[in-house]
Amino acid sequence: MARSIKKGPFVDAHLEKKVDEMIKQNKKEVIKTWSRRSTVLPKFVEHTFAVHNGRKFIPIYITEDMVGHKLGEFSPTRTYRGHKVSK
Amino acid sequence: MAHIAGVDIPKKKRVVIGLTYIFGIGKSLSQEILKKANVDENTKVQDLTDEEEKMLRAIIQDDYEVEGDLRTKRTLDIKRLMEIGCYRGIRHKKGMPVRGQRTHTNAKTRRGRKKK
Repeated sequence: MARSIKKGPFVDAHLEKKVDEMIKQNKKEVIKTWSRRSTVLPKFVEHTFAVHNGRKFIPIYITEDMVGHKLGEFSPTRTYRGHKVSK
Repeated sequence: MAHIAGVDIPKKKRVVIGLTYIFGIGKSLSQEILKKANVDENTKVQDLTDEEEKMLRAIIQDDYEVEGDLRTKRTLDIKRLMEIGCYRGIRHKKGMPVRGQRTHTNAKTRRGRKKK
């Protein structure tokens, strides 16, 4: 079920604060974050986030199409290299 | 004699069912449309008057997305997911189930039969 509109999109406060700070200073630095659960807001566009996937940080450049998705969606957590091919 | 929204010619059926032959119209949408057009669900497609038919055609064309347009929209949606590189897009690319189903077994519709 989708989230109630009344509540608005969820973003971790600490992350939003960081982004706001970047916008204020007009900087575009990579923001390291563990907050995979945060929604991508329109003001995140053109920033780069390094989203943790449990092992390392995957750099993600936010484009307009990504608004509304969660950060975690762009940082896959599983490695799968295929199965052994049996004869 | 019924040709609505492209290439659909289900005759001899009740209109509710007939309309569902159009891609993008299921039973509930079909009922909704007929209500708007003030046509009885139970009339056979061949018994529709010209006026009723016109009415249906107009409503479907103006208010609903069907057939080609809908198909294009669907592919574009999928393409968008693949381009932004999100999890769902990756799953589409790999031809794996997108909505978190198990893949240990089953998932044959998406993954296809394995060769021996």
